Amino acid sequence: MLRWLIGGGREPQGLAEKSPLQTIGEEQTQNPYTELLVLKAHHDIVRFLVQLDDYRFASAGDDGIVVVWNAQTGEKLLELNGHTQKITAIITFPSLEACEEKNQLILTASADRTVIVWDCDTGRQVQKVSCFQSTVKCLALLQRLDVWLSGGNDLCVWNRKLDLLCKTSHLSDTGISALIEIPKNCVVAAVGKELIIFRLVAPTEGSLGWDILQVKRLLDHQDNILSLVNVNDLSFVTGSHVGELIIWDILDWTVQACERNFWDPSPQLDTQQEIKLCQKPNDVSIHHFTWDEENVFVAVGRGLYVYNLQMKRVIACQKTAHDSNVLHVAKLPNRQLISCSEDGSVRIWELREKQQLAAEPVPTGFFNMWGFGRVNKQASHPVKKQQENGTSCSLELIGDLIGHSSSVEMFLYFEDHGLVTCSADHLIILWKNGERESGLRSLKLFQKLEENGDLYLAV
Amino acid sequence: MISAPDVVAFTKEDEYEEEPYNEPALPEEYSVPLFPFASQGASPWSKLSGAKFSRDFILISEFSEQVGPQPLLTIPNDTKVFGTFDLNYFSLRIMSVDYQASFVGHPPGSAYPKLNFVEDSKVVLGDSKEGAFAYVHHLTLYDLEARGFVRPFCMAYISADQHKIMQQFQELSAEFSKASECLKTGNRKAFAGELEKKLKDLDYTRTVLHTETEIQKKANDKGFYSSQAIEKANELASVEKSIIEHQDLLRQIRSYPHRKLRGSDLCPGETEHTQDPPSQAATTSDPEESADTDHYTCRPAYTPKLIKAKSTKCFDKKLKTLEELCDTEYFTQTLAQLSHIEHVFRGDLCYLLTSQIDRALLKQQHITNFLFEDLVEVDDRRVEKQESAPPRPSHDRPPSRSVEECPVPQVLISVGSYKSSVESVLIKMEQDLGEEGFREVEVTEPSSFDPQENLAYLDTDMKGSISSGESIEVLGTEKSTSVLSTSDSQASLPVPSSPQVVRSKAVSHRTISGDSIEVLSTCPSEAFVPDDFKASYPSAINEEESYAGDSGGAIHFQAGLSPPELGEAKEGGSGVTPSQTDSCCIGREGGTLRVPLSTPGHTLSDEDGVVSVPPQHYRQKDQEFHVDVSVENANASSRDSGSEGFPAYELDPSHLLASRDGSKTSLDDHSDATSYGSSVTSASSDRTPSSVPPTGPSSERHKKRAGQNALKFIRQYPFAHPAIYSLLSGRTLVILGEEEAVVRKLVSALSIFVPNYSLHAKPVKHWVSSPLHITDFQKWKLIGLQRVASPASAGTLHALSRYSRYTSILDLDRKTLRCPLYRGTLVPRLADHRTHIKRGSTYSLHVQSVLTQLCAKAFLYAFCRHLHLPARGTEAEGLATSRQASFLQLNLGLVNEDVKVVQYLAELLKLHYTREPSAAGQPVLRFDYVPSFLYKI
Repeated sequence: MLRWLIGGGREPQGLAEKSPLQTIGEEQTQNPYTELLVLKAHHDIVRFLVQLDDYRFASAGDDGIVVVWNAQTGEKLLELNGHTQKITAIITFPSLEACEEKNQLILTASADRTVIVWDCDTGRQVQKVSCFQSTVKCLALLQRLDVWLSGGNDLCVWNRKLDLLCKTSHLSDTGISALIEIPKNCVVAAVGKELIIFRLVAPTEGSLGWDILQVKRLLDHQDNILSLVNVNDLSFVTGSHVGELIIWDILDWTVQACERNFWDPSPQLDTQQEIKLCQKPNDVSIHHFTWDEENVFVAVGRGLYVYNLQMKRVIACQKTAHDSNVLHVAKLPNRQLISCSEDGSVRIWELREKQQLAAEPVPTGFFNMWGFGRVNKQASHPVKKQQENGTSCSLELIGDLIGHSSSVEMFLYFEDHGLVTCSADHLIILWKNGERESGLRSLKLFQKLEENGDLYLAV
Repeated sequence: MISAPDVVAFTKEDEYEEEPYNEPALPEEYSVPLFPFASQGASPWSKLSGAKFSRDFILISEFSEQVGPQPLLTIPNDTKVFGTFDLNYFSLRIMSVDYQASFVGHPPGSAYPKLNFVEDSKVVLGDSKEGAFAYVHHLTLYDLEARGFVRPFCMAYISADQHKIMQQFQELSAEFSKASECLKTGNRKAFAGELEKKLKDLDYTRTVLHTETEIQKKANDKGFYSSQAIEKANELASVEKSIIEHQDLLRQIRSYPHRKLRGSDLCPGETEHTQDPPSQAATTSDPEESADTDHYTCRPAYTPKLIKAKSTKCFDKKLKTLEELCDTEYFTQTLAQLSHIEHVFRGDLCYLLTSQIDRALLKQQHITNFLFEDLVEVDDRRVEKQESAPPRPSHDRPPSRSVEECPVPQVLISVGSYKSSVESVLIKMEQDLGEEGFREVEVTEPSSFDPQENLAYLDTDMKGSISSGESIEVLGTEKSTSVLSTSDSQASLPVPSSPQVVRSKAVSHRTISGDSIEVLSTCPSEAFVPDDFKASYPSAINEEESYAGDSGGAIHFQAGLSPPELGEAKEGGSGVTPSQTDSCCIGREGGTLRVPLSTPGHTLSDEDGVVSVPPQHYRQKDQEFHVDVSVENANASSRDSGSEGFPAYELDPSHLLASRDGSKTSLDDHSDATSYGSSVTSASSDRTPSSVPPTGPSSERHKKRAGQNALKFIRQYPFAHPAIYSLLSGRTLVILGEEEAVVRKLVSALSIFVPNYSLHAKPVKHWVSSPLHITDFQKWKLIGLQRVASPASAGTLHALSRYSRYTSILDLDRKTLRCPLYRGTLVPRLADHRTHIKRGSTYSLHVQSVLTQLCAKAFLYAFCRHLHLPARGTEAEGLATSRQASFLQLNLGLVNEDVKVVQYLAELLKLHYTREPSAAGQPVLRFDYVPSFLYKI
């Protein structure tokens, strides 16, 4: 594409020829994002984005600052300085109904072994806890009990006033990597390869204080668990470094279904040999999930998979959705899926019912051109798998967003304001629907005209 | 390319505008009869016929009580400027028309000398022998040692172009008032200081005398007084009286009405200065002691000395210089202001007028003009708002303001004024030739007869024979322009005043003023202010009578004389009225005919005064704007090169005068080496004699160069259209090349097509060598990018290919362009490679006009409510979109990609209009997902 620029000779790492990555070119009629706004405030990798309300979000990253933004205008509302090291976890902390102060609070945990509660309306640092033995890697809020938990090398339970209610003993040196709430006052913590289920005991007449009890340890994963989400009322899902996807029953903590075929030879796949040969474990690590009523959308290595919960199988996949590991995926209401990756791009996919089985991302002539090799095998894999599997849907690329010059860590979707992406290049980009923005600007213009009394309405 | 080398060769920019008087002579066989004054370096455009100076200058003169009228200094302070022009003679002339300075030290019926706070008088004066016309601003400064405590001064703007003086009267008056106010403020301060010193002296003297008297009393205790004692007592009494007088003077000077300090922003020190004298005065309590102690302490403290009660006579002493009379600080400020005036009004009248029209038009489109225009001041809009706050139909404005208000006729006027210059000279011959001869000349004039030559000869002849050089005509003053409007409205009665009448009046007027100094009218400076127009009107008449005797004639004469070009213009423009076609004489008289054109129901009222205030405002704004620019680019090394940066001169007045024309910084270097703003500063500096008033950041010359280079680009590259389309539609154009100079040149050329986000600066980056980032595309719309041969450039190119969807890339080395397709009709009109336009400045004007049209379309599109908002609440979503499409296509006549240009401009307009003044407002990056194509030569 750009060969003329470089002037022949060495071709740069052009996308088209390197891998069977699906590309879309410059004409993207379905891509609504035709306006962008670069937000600059951070000095290091921005890793977290959290939505505060309809129009605000907060960003945090390795520079230890938290910035509150207006998602409509891109205006920087507040900068929260307090942490001395990188921020490791951030959650919103909704204020109580009863409380007079309706201010939005957020909790941030940092590698400086502190947790700070911020008021996002005033920018005030409400409270700070600095008695941790280890870095807090995850935070969870149990709204029903009005407590929050911090997970590091141990698990601590706190109340709203930041009093330590109880804590577990030292769990492991690697610490808790993920923490979710499940019914019956239980939480699931991912610690290395295992899942530990804890139960919280709230004070009653009999017992005086809070307590946290370890209930069960689940050892089904063969490698470190990277992601853990609550899918619905019935199940939660875990994903591991070696591509194991396990769906658990949320009540009795048993394995409902297990999908290992992202890397492991499973009975229904013929292509096992090739997969074993070609894929290194980190290529299939499951970094992120998202879900809707029917499906779990899994970011596996560089690919995207759609796992149907009812059929208990993968119904669509895009084996090389990105050039590099997919870090975050999200499902939009309109059957669209957005993924972001270490390659710095964000891609928009659409899940389509497939008419026939011929959705091949690679032309067949490709095999002859390149002979045997890794590329070839990667390329051939999804084709065959789809055929064997009889996947009933396909993921179609409808657009990509290129703006970041480094890994896109996370993104946040606002129904009204578009998409916010954050990246290792220290930037946050606000992607907007150009047409809608234009309309909004017109609206604003005529409002202003009316305010100034300059509006002349023809009768 | 179509004969590109030839074309380029012929269109090479000559330096006409830079050196208008040194054009190479044509070969003999092509020569036409030369302009009679060509040998003197005159140009018909500048109408310098007969003038002995090469360009306009400002003269400060004084009516010295010792030596009479004398010139003090000129701005620019360069003998080349005024050449052989007799400054002494002219000083005599201009000082002799000042009758405001009728100051009396001891007015009858007053015990003490009384200070009159004399208002400045402003007159216009012509000396046809010298070929000089002047706006003369008289002012009076106070000097304790001078006779009557006053020193009359005047500042005169001297030009060979009578029309410039007449038409720019308001502006000149406003600007000179500022300078005068500054001088007077400084003078009041100095005068107060002087009075205090004098008081201390007197006090000390009194003490000494008192002691002596006491001693004498004691010495001869005989009950009678010696003559010595009586003398002492008398002396003491006279000292006492003197003290009281001086105290009274001090009180008077301090009670100077501060309401008059409207333009006090020029005199920042005023408030504090008026407060410090009391503290100084407090030290007078014990003179002897203070004399001892203060001797070594601080310098400002004054040691009183014994003085004689009788004041010394004027010839015994050296009078203070102007700088001493005013505070040095104020003096410097005044000089800066004067050189600013000189700078603003320099050049041909038509430049001044067109630029004023330009600005007036730009002010009218204050919503859109930020897009492509760069001479718009931020504050202008506010002024505009104020001005239009009480909505007044434009025909209410006095004729002189029509320059601002109804620009289209004025264009004709300025064109006509070249022609009419002839006729205004004609008037001087009337008395000699009489009616017959006059008519002859008039009749022959439209034919092939060279009127200018003839008239000029006649003119000089006459002067020799009749009045032996004593020909000073004061053509009109501020008041007289108001008066003029009166007569306009009177004359606009159906009966067109016959030439006969006017001529006879003019003649009679002539005869009466035997000394041939005609002061037609005059006015105090406060005449702008709407309050006392009617009140002071009779006084103006009276004054005229005292000089000219026939005030009515004077006024009518004036009416016929001042706006001849208006009638002329009308004639040229429509030429329908029979009375106009009769003769040029009527055409000249047709100043009255202009009335239906602009003042049908002209109301002579105080309003005139009100309306005449704005120019003062916006000039002031200009000035501020310039200061801003120069401060912004403090490191741009161009601060020395213009009058806009006042702060730079404040320290050294001599530097100001000396370096007035000295700095000729290279525009090329500046425009390239520094970014936009600085090039602008240097560009507006003192270089082109014909420069427009340097109101805008982008000078004529900058535009000219950019236009020339853009023209070259258009002729050289067949894919210029898509490239320009990219710029207009807001897609960043990256110009890639190895040679910095080439890239920079093209970037500054193409920057004329780049729409601005706001008033501040163009989103243009002349030269970068680091890899581009997404923020660059958000910030810059035109980027010059260095292509490096080393492997390090891989990163740059990789970034470029990664972000290719946001950019169009013009590779200068390979002569390729990669950008979206363009099929519209707009850009071909804007950038036609077969255009006959050869000059850069012409082309940039062409671009300006096309872009202005485009802006108007964008404005219409953005501000039509029904296009963007649903007509009813229930309307479907898609309807507005279809309305937009049909509006763009049918009403605005846009096809294909042109729509996107207008849409982009409309977005910028919306953003600009809705932007909060406080918010810095980062622009959004808008883009389309459209395929790009590769163009090659």
